[in-house]
Amino acid sequence: MSPAVILLLVWMLVPLGMTLYFSFLRYNLLMPGMEEWTGFFNYRYFLTDPAFGEALTNTLLLVGGVLLISVGGGLFLALLLDQPFFGQSIVRLLVVAPFFVMPTVSALVWKNMLMHPVNGLFAWIARTFGLQPIDWLASAPLLSIIFIVAWGWLPFATLILLTALQSLDEEQREAAEMDGAGVFSRLIYIVIPHLARAITVVILIETIFLLSVFAEILVTTSGGPGNASTNITYLIYTQALLQFDVGGASAGGIIAVILANIVAIFLIRMIGKNLEA
Amino acid sequence: MGSISLKNVKKEFSGHAVIPNLDLEIGDGEFVVFVGPSGCGKSTLLRLIAGLEDVSGGTISIDGVDVTGEAPAKRGLSMVFQSYALYPHMSVRGNIAFPLKMAGMDKETIKRKVEDAAQVLNLTDYLDRKPRQLSGGQRQRVAIGRAIVREPKAFLFDEPLSNLDAALRVNMRLEISELHQQLRTTMIYVTHDQVEAMTMADRIVVLNGGRIEQVGSPLELYRNPANLFVAGFIGSPRMNLIDGAPAKEHGAATVGIRPEHINLSPDSGEWKGTVGIAEHLGSDTFIYIRAEGIGQLTARANGEIGLKHGDTIYLTPDAGKLHRFSEEGAAL
Repeated sequence: MSPAVILLLVWMLVPLGMTLYFSFLRYNLLMPGMEEWTGFFNYRYFLTDPAFGEALTNTLLLVGGVLLISVGGGLFLALLLDQPFFGQSIVRLLVVAPFFVMPTVSALVWKNMLMHPVNGLFAWIARTFGLQPIDWLASAPLLSIIFIVAWGWLPFATLILLTALQSLDEEQREAAEMDGAGVFSRLIYIVIPHLARAITVVILIETIFLLSVFAEILVTTSGGPGNASTNITYLIYTQALLQFDVGGASAGGIIAVILANIVAIFLIRMIGKNLEA
Repeated sequence: MGSISLKNVKKEFSGHAVIPNLDLEIGDGEFVVFVGPSGCGKSTLLRLIAGLEDVSGGTISIDGVDVTGEAPAKRGLSMVFQSYALYPHMSVRGNIAFPLKMAGMDKETIKRKVEDAAQVLNLTDYLDRKPRQLSGGQRQRVAIGRAIVREPKAFLFDEPLSNLDAALRVNMRLEISELHQQLRTTMIYVTHDQVEAMTMADRIVVLNGGRIEQVGSPLELYRNPANLFVAGFIGSPRMNLIDGAPAKEHGAATVGIRPEHINLSPDSGEWKGTVGIAEHLGSDTFIYIRAEGIGQLTARANGEIGLKHGDTIYLTPDAGKLHRFSEEGAAL
């Protein structure tokens, strides 16, 4: 085997092996030196934790919601940006900008400047129309986080779909026009099938990153109220660094790996055929 | 059903006139070829007729109905594109059925029409394949299939053979001509290849710089080119154009003589020259001759002629076939 493969294996297998090993220990940072073998206790503990079910649902809702907004919105924006208009390049640059804002910063901006019930822009808009401002992060915490994360990923989807859109053969579009396809039919029968591969790539890449959303939750709701905005990643963080239970958190980590693989298998089976040939 | 008439048609792209002012009548069932060098506006003209570009002035009517402002789909024309523009994710069946599906026909009729078209074009065995699994010629036929199922008033072809290799091109040329004999529908065909124009057309429209240089049947253009441009463009190998003193003797600013109308003789003739290259094609020989006081001339002789590089030869143009042109390039 070449050195690169060995390096890669070590890079992956050592942390994975250590996590696996810790997951079978009773290992609490508050009781150093008391580690002992507990078998599957940590797994049973993590899986039967009432927070786990909620976190799992939240994780799936978060991934699904962000994918829906970013792919749908990305397609819409890509179609808009593909039209010729004045100031095209500057607008494209602006659209891409959110992708370069780090998650903590964007979450803080959303929390304090947009969604804040007193100082936020949304509250100001609501008051302008004489409505009661909504305390977004308290009354719809998961939805708010979905918006914040989707805002960050929208440019990514837009950019990939825009480049794919630009590779659509102009003659194909014209042929469809000659064949009597209207704007909407052309979108359904020509444009979206052409984008299928790009959409697949966007969904796969985003899913990988969205399963581990963390910073946005930590900065805005800290997983609350209750567990209303806790996802698996955040639950593992609480287990490890707030309750100092390294063993339980490791078991959670392994469970997260298994879940990610299940999601990956489903995704590949559903949409992976778009990547062939 | 399918006469097309263009009146005072103009087209400008950001102030630059591509087609300054053009009138043309195309009769029902005619096979008309637009030919000209690249950039002469022939594709633009076709796209104006198709409705893919808007005219800057003038009117286009089909069967006497003004369609200048109509959308492409409403004009009842079909187009075959240079790149074929097949829909890559649809099967051959899906591609051919697409215009019918867009017209809202029921499934049974669509199925029947698609299979009829496939029959005509020898595509029956390939109906369930994707375009990428087909050869260039088959793709071309699918594109034609997609055009014929709509039973259009006229077909528009935009350089459809330029992506095929030479042998296939000859085949497809025949197939398109045969299709025209079968369907008797108006066809407008754009090409830069004068051989395609000569072999397929009922009428050729020679375009240059957005202007019509001459309209006529292939043999009319061959026998009586209206000007220097048409003379030089139609015919292969090109007509020899001679100016200066030798042309003055014939009372013209320029004279033109086709390679096949030059008589060669080893000992006497009007012009004297030396053989440069002789291209032996078997049936013919093209001889490139450096003529004294004239320059390079091409002559066409029978295939068995035994000339070689450096031989001295005398040339006599066939007086009846000599074309004379004025200072401005118009035929005299």
